Amino acid sequence: MSELTLTVMRLGFLAVLWLFVIVAVQVIRSDLFGTRVTQRGSRRENARPQQAARQAAPPQQRGQQPAASGGRRGRNAPTKLVVSEGTLTGTTVALQGQTITLGRAHDSTIVLDDDYASSRHARIYPDRDGQWIVEDLGSTNGTYLDRNRLTTPTPIPLGAPIRIGKTVIELRK
Amino acid sequence: MSSTTNTSTQHTSTIGAIGAPSRRNTELALLVFAVVIPVFAYANVGLAINDQVPTGLLGYGLGLGLLAGIGHIVVRKFAAYADPLLLPLATLLNGLGLVFIWRLDQSERLQNLAESAYGVFTPSAPKQLLFSALGLALFVAVVVFLKDHRILQRYTYISMAVALVLLVLPLVPGLGDDTFGAKIWIRIPGVGTIQPGEFAKIILAIFFSGYLMVKRDALALASRRFMGLYLPRGRDLGPIITIWAVSLLILIFENDLGTSLLFFGMFVIMLYVATERTSWIVIGLLMSAAGAVGVASFAGHVQARVNAWLDPWSCYENSDACYQIGQSIMSFGSGGVLGTGLGQGNSDLIGFAANSDFIFSTVGEELGLAGVMGILLLYGLIIERGVRTALAARDPFGKLFAVGLSGAFALQIFVVVGGVMGLIPLTGMTMPFFAAGGSSVIANWALIGLLLRISDTARRPAPAPAPNPDAEMTQVVRP
Repeated sequence: MSELTLTVMRLGFLAVLWLFVIVAVQVIRSDLFGTRVTQRGSRRENARPQQAARQAAPPQQRGQQPAASGGRRGRNAPTKLVVSEGTLTGTTVALQGQTITLGRAHDSTIVLDDDYASSRHARIYPDRDGQWIVEDLGSTNGTYLDRNRLTTPTPIPLGAPIRIGKTVIELRK
Repeated sequence: MSSTTNTSTQHTSTIGAIGAPSRRNTELALLVFAVVIPVFAYANVGLAINDQVPTGLLGYGLGLGLLAGIGHIVVRKFAAYADPLLLPLATLLNGLGLVFIWRLDQSERLQNLAESAYGVFTPSAPKQLLFSALGLALFVAVVVFLKDHRILQRYTYISMAVALVLLVLPLVPGLGDDTFGAKIWIRIPGVGTIQPGEFAKIILAIFFSGYLMVKRDALALASRRFMGLYLPRGRDLGPIITIWAVSLLILIFENDLGTSLLFFGMFVIMLYVATERTSWIVIGLLMSAAGAVGVASFAGHVQARVNAWLDPWSCYENSDACYQIGQSIMSFGSGGVLGTGLGQGNSDLIGFAANSDFIFSTVGEELGLAGVMGILLLYGLIIERGVRTALAARDPFGKLFAVGLSGAFALQIFVVVGGVMGLIPLTGMTMPFFAAGGSSVIANWALIGLLLRISDTARRPAPAPAPNPDAEMTQVVRP
């Protein structure tokens, strides 16, 4: 066998061996950083705009949406709800004029995995002017807006923390 | 406002635990890679030695592929969430080991040596392939029949007894086989020789983890502080003294430096992990140093090894031990950085045990520093996955067991590689998966099987919580 072939095979073998090591290390790396928080809601909507449009507006809300988008959607109108503490940290929900319910019940918009939350804990909805309101639904441990326990439906300032059990959410632009 | 659910579900990220991927497909891809590399090496050796692609190439490739495939299917079925790297790494090392053994079988020097010593030369590679198949069978048996590693915890003291019996067996007259200076084999008529120490390694790890899991608090907390070290009470020191004495006895009666170092080291590692006390490491190192010095000054066999380690060139001409070490060091040296190429080295000059204890010298000569580092990294990755499994395991027994197994694996590699490179005195141990030796291959496949089982338990996502949270009571915050 020619000298050249053997040299090429020798170096080739070392290269392949090291390639295996590198691939294995890559597998470990993907193992370490294996969990990603994805905003599934928004992505799905982008992917299927038609379906989203079809489902977007049940009759009752049709009247609200122009108001929300037209009237008060100024500079300070929040566009998304962000969970900033708790097991769901990083979850965002786009605000499009729909009511968001929070609680441990499965049909809640945000299902809280939190022992200190009630089944139907609170809801967040826009009023006629498009101002977002948070209302406690008679929960056991109460809902706090900026350390104050809610007793009546209250408008939410931008960025104010709403605490439910161990979960904190806020509205952002 | 109840009509909002329709809209809202669309934007919801109902987040539970993100489903942990089982990563079986990654494993399969790596396995294919791990089978292709040894086949390439095999062809390379054949071309270099005989100027032709070896005739057994297809059979070898299919055989290795079949073994890997069976292993993969069994893991996919019975341990779906197990670590994706352990099986490919072990397959690659085993496959490369087979190639190197076959390469040394082709050496005329070794053939002549065997003919002059035993009258007949029998190639080791076919035997090793058979042992690999047996090892894989044991691996499959472990993965299939051991549903949960915690079952082993019930056999803590039984495994201690079994391990001691296994260690003593080579000393039993008529059963022991004292061929190569160390009494670590037993001869079973009709089957061949078995090295019970390899299996005792795994069984002792069961005992150590079961024992330490129960005693760790006593060992960690009931201690006196002395010169910055936490010294344990005498009665807690008992077990470590016992293990030390047993390992010394092995050393004295069986002339087996490696095994005794392995057991004692494994115990100290597990003790340290269980108690988090640095003092155990200091005590362990002192005790093993004392034991080694004591034995080295009495036992002739060990003394020769130490002399060969200190200065192989002074006794190069008249001592086999020195000659082998010298040749091994020269192998590494002549390999250089990139090696001479597979099948083109002269590591067969080592002579006796070239394909078992000294197989790593062939790697050093023919693959060079780059190859040695690659192979050592493969071993390092196995150990890393073992320790990672221990970190991920949720039960203390599984944690200690995984640490013990990977620690023993690491120590064994250190002892062998350090020995052939002249870093520490040579001890007759086998390179896991690489060296010719049935017991070693079989036992190490079982070890990989156990690690896979523990990692499957550790990485498997927790079962779904109670389905109806509505029924659960909300906890009340008490100020």
